[in-house]
Amino acid sequence: MKKAINELKLRLPAKSENEAVARALVCSFAATLDPTVGELADLRCAVSEAVTNVVVHAYRELKDSAAGRIYISVRLYDTREITVEITDTGCGIADVEKAREPFFTTGKEDERCGMGFLVMESYTDSLTVRSKPGRGTTVIMKKKLTP
Amino acid sequence: MKILYGENDGSTVTFCLSGELDHHTAKKLRAEIDGEILLSRPAVVKLDFSDVTMMDSSGIGLILGRKQTAQSVGATVRVSGAVGEIGKIIRLSGLERLPGLTITEESEKR
Repeated sequence: MKKAINELKLRLPAKSENEAVARALVCSFAATLDPTVGELADLRCAVSEAVTNVVVHAYRELKDSAAGRIYISVRLYDTREITVEITDTGCGIADVEKAREPFFTTGKEDERCGMGFLVMESYTDSLTVRSKPGRGTTVIMKKKLTP
Repeated sequence: MKILYGENDGSTVTFCLSGELDHHTAKKLRAEIDGEILLSRPAVVKLDFSDVTMMDSSGIGLILGRKQTAQSVGATVRVSGAVGEIGKIIRLSGLERLPGLTITEESEKR
């Protein structure tokens, strides 16, 4: 049985300047497990994608999308596993399967290229996306570090 | 995120990007780069990433968008400094298969 040895919880306004804040905080926390430079770079990029999705899409129906919140929970396990859970209470995704297709995007005007989920999936060991239209979305990423 | 203008010889305009390139910083760069391309109407637009310390898929969107602007004035785009994590995400995107776009690991800076 793996055991959680440390936990971080964050709540940030869904503003684009917090994309950098979120990935920096998650990575400095994960760095306590002594990952390789490459592992940390992958985690940083995956977190950046997940948070950007919240900033760009989740609260677009709100007048002031920055009034929405990003909830981040990170757990470190004694098995050198990291789980990062990123949740919003925004508009949700009607068709998750479609949204996960590489290069599918609804954000063309914002120069989104539809690679967010592809990066999250490629840069971690597992990606789970749970979403309910009108309720919000949770993305769970797991990454196992080399011993 | 900062842009430094490299050597511009009339037919080439070079943008050397530095710092972290994400959705937030990319938003600010687009207009500035496009403005310069439309003003100088070069034959080649060079985007140098050798001093970019972090880039997510917003960087891919930035390259694709600037490629469109460049194409509108008949220019091609050369992306340089595509090493490390920058090279990794560019390979994942398949950008190198697009016509009118050259990707290289070399840096424009000397």
